[in-house]
Amino acid sequence: MIPGVDPRLLEKWEPVIGLEVHAQLATESKMFCRCRRIYGAPPNTHTCPVCLAYPGALPVLNAQAVEFAIRMGQAVGCQIRSLTTFARKNYFYPDLPKGYQISQYDEPICEHGQLSFYLEDGSMSTVGITRIHMEEDAGKTIHGVKNESYVDFNRCGTPLIEIVSEPDIRSPHEARRYLERLKQTLEYTAVSQADMEKGNLRCDANISIRPRGSQTLGTRTEMKNLNSFRGVERGLTYEINRQIQVLESGGTVTLCTLNWDEATGETQIMRTKEEAHDYRYFPEPDLVPLLIDPQRVAAIKASLPELPAALERRFTEQYGLRSQDVEILARTRQLAAYYEAVVQAGVAPTDAAQWILGEVLRVLNEEHQEIQDFPLKPAALAELIQATTQGTINRNTGKNVFDKMLKEGLSVTEIVERDQLAQVSDTAALEDTVRQVLAGSPKELGRYRGGEAKLFGYFMGQVMAATKGQGDPQVVRSLLQQILDES
Amino acid sequence: MSPIIRERLQAFPVALKKQGELNAVITDTSSQALEQLDASPDGPLSGLLLAIKDNLNLVDTPTTAASRTLEGYVSPYTATAVQRLLDAGAAIAAKTNLDEFAMGSSTEYSCFGPTRNPHDHERVPGGSSGGSAVVVATALVEAALGSDTGGSVRQPAAFCGIYGLKPTYGRVSRYGLIAFASSFDQIGVFARSTELTAKVFEVIAGHDPLDSTSADEPVVHFDYSEERARGLTIGIAPEYDHEGVEREIRERYHDLIHFLKGQGLTIKEISLPHTAHGIAAYYVLTTAEASSNLARYDGVRYGRRVHAPANLEALYTDSRSSGFGAEVQRRIMLGTYLLSAGYMDRYYIRAQRVRRLIQQDFITAFEEIDILVTPTTPTIPFPIGGKVNDPMTMYLSDVFTVPMSLAGIPALNIPAGTGANGLPIGLQLSANYFGEETIFQLSRFLEQNYST
Repeated sequence: MIPGVDPRLLEKWEPVIGLEVHAQLATESKMFCRCRRIYGAPPNTHTCPVCLAYPGALPVLNAQAVEFAIRMGQAVGCQIRSLTTFARKNYFYPDLPKGYQISQYDEPICEHGQLSFYLEDGSMSTVGITRIHMEEDAGKTIHGVKNESYVDFNRCGTPLIEIVSEPDIRSPHEARRYLERLKQTLEYTAVSQADMEKGNLRCDANISIRPRGSQTLGTRTEMKNLNSFRGVERGLTYEINRQIQVLESGGTVTLCTLNWDEATGETQIMRTKEEAHDYRYFPEPDLVPLLIDPQRVAAIKASLPELPAALERRFTEQYGLRSQDVEILARTRQLAAYYEAVVQAGVAPTDAAQWILGEVLRVLNEEHQEIQDFPLKPAALAELIQATTQGTINRNTGKNVFDKMLKEGLSVTEIVERDQLAQVSDTAALEDTVRQVLAGSPKELGRYRGGEAKLFGYFMGQVMAATKGQGDPQVVRSLLQQILDES
Repeated sequence: MSPIIRERLQAFPVALKKQGELNAVITDTSSQALEQLDASPDGPLSGLLLAIKDNLNLVDTPTTAASRTLEGYVSPYTATAVQRLLDAGAAIAAKTNLDEFAMGSSTEYSCFGPTRNPHDHERVPGGSSGGSAVVVATALVEAALGSDTGGSVRQPAAFCGIYGLKPTYGRVSRYGLIAFASSFDQIGVFARSTELTAKVFEVIAGHDPLDSTSADEPVVHFDYSEERARGLTIGIAPEYDHEGVEREIRERYHDLIHFLKGQGLTIKEISLPHTAHGIAAYYVLTTAEASSNLARYDGVRYGRRVHAPANLEALYTDSRSSGFGAEVQRRIMLGTYLLSAGYMDRYYIRAQRVRRLIQQDFITAFEEIDILVTPTTPTIPFPIGGKVNDPMTMYLSDVFTVPMSLAGIPALNIPAGTGANGLPIGLQLSANYFGEETIFQLSRFLEQNYST
């Protein structure tokens, strides 16, 4: 089943998808020079003779970038080459100052890995990873309104890894989940910031359609610019429909490169087969072959943090959480760590999950914030949750206190004291309030007695309002029941 | 600071003007050197006037590579080798003429016009580092840097009658040297004595973190020992001694070998069987690398850009077509073709294989010998205009220098007198990887004992 594609046609045709994902590495400096790797700086303020390709400048490989590439390779079970080489990919474009990109060609650093993840229906999918190679990013071309163009070279030379999957993916949803898992793995290993909005993570896809049961691949198209999770699903669905239509009407798919336009939800042809670039790859003579010590690889492997799949398994088993809750909590390493810190502060695992999935994520979404920037530290949240479970305040009051803590930066105790929010569970005091409320609502009382049982809720509300929300709902409920039953 | 150097720098523009007809210098940097003289450190090159080929960056000076394509470009930084000269106390008086982007063997393919041979103004000084060879030969400066990709230091040194060293590939940092063919390019030294050649070499050699291909091998200090020189085993190879070589050069070569034999050195005939394929492999590999190295001259960031191009394609093609000279365009096109899909295996891959065979030839030979002695060039300096329209003949003038470049081994041209018409003859001493110091031993021995 693929939403947006006629299921009858999918009985007949099978989509085959492979993804090429570029991830910017979270290094201090650029791939081949000492310039800082930075996002959002004023144009051309982080450049030097090397990344601007001045005459005579030479590249020097960033050791941290190699470290990160190996780390990601290890995280997805790749083999790491003991000897890896760089190659020049030659083409002209204003944002490519050397006229070639330093990349890797026939001897990439990582090969033969795989990535596993769960699909919406709970089944597990495993996608093969053909290779991961290192390369450098280009600058950014900005087109002006008067037919003029500008180039910003700050991004130029940013270290990248390109992660190439096998054509193992069968639906846009699966592609999305693969990409999500890849992003998650990049973040867990701290190899990349992997923020699609900032262009840290960029996705291209190869798509073909074949008759179901066929073992050979159909003619593929390459789709560029699938730069959001939604875009990946939409773009692939669009292209699957287009190719099936072509095949259904007796036509053939032609090899070409398409550009996905997120705004219009359509693709344009970027290059036909005839216009395809001949990149004239050849060994990069300015860099020597890189020898990688197997002991270093082993050390990097040993230093890998807990990876998403392992963490999810542990959360399910250790904390008894539902798989869909685990999946959300494990989405980023920082969120998972936040959750665990709350639990470690003494909160029951399910209570901690409930609060984080409910209140914390709501605020993060509203404020477009990341958990690492969330002002409420795990200890403060734990204190609040404990105040509700121990009966100091009720859960609804707790939510209000939560908002006030965020707004005012005060502790639970401070807010509860200042606003006199401590829960009233004094039966005598509450009984007075109940009697006053009932006395003040003779009409409703009459109807209740006449059999309208649903008015119980009305009285509950009135009493809680009269206590300004501080009444312990459990106590109010039993008192109210008791007094109504009296007469 | 020696007052003599100040006077010489002050007098430099006049001295340069006197030999203006030779057209050896593109930029006179003596006034800049004069300004910096007081801040110049004391070092092994203090008091010496030097020149550098104009494909080496020196901060705040134009670096032209003798190409229109770099018009207006002023270096924002200094090449490592040049910086080491300055740090050793040298004064850099001039940036010298060359074949455009070091592509040529005569210093005729320069947008600033040809450089002339001081021994005969109607003949070429060799190339591509012709300007550096001439300013050293005419004693305008004490020593100069050139760059040698397939003979561009050794051949002009031979044509001008001076010493010219191409070090082992990786010995001298290429950082700041405008690339022609990265896996061949090596900065070299011109001087009028073995001692100074060695001294300048020792200053510029050694590892540089800015060049990944620079070697981490210690630089052996040259300390002449006649005893060591006499103990060397000399190799000669039939591949460098045949009818294609001009008679005068062969005679001088044989004379020198006889002299060495007479002095009691061991002479061994060895074979370098793949020599004949050197030129073809060299032109395949160097043009392929050059086609990519010269892609950066696109008119976007610096250098020549045509005014108001119609579109991006026109910006590239018009800027590049009007910026590069004919020989450079020929090599870019050839190299682009050789790397194209379907041709890569047939040319580039095969040429790489030939390169390995030639390397192996030398490695085997140097198991038996210490120094290979050969002619540097098959001909004496040829007339200006004689080969410019016949690229194949021009390419063949590097036939004896290209094999060492393919292998990456060091080689030195030594002056070996002149022929009947007064034109210099050069002979080439080659050694195993990092064997520069051994070469200097034999060179100094000959300098002291061999006279023509």
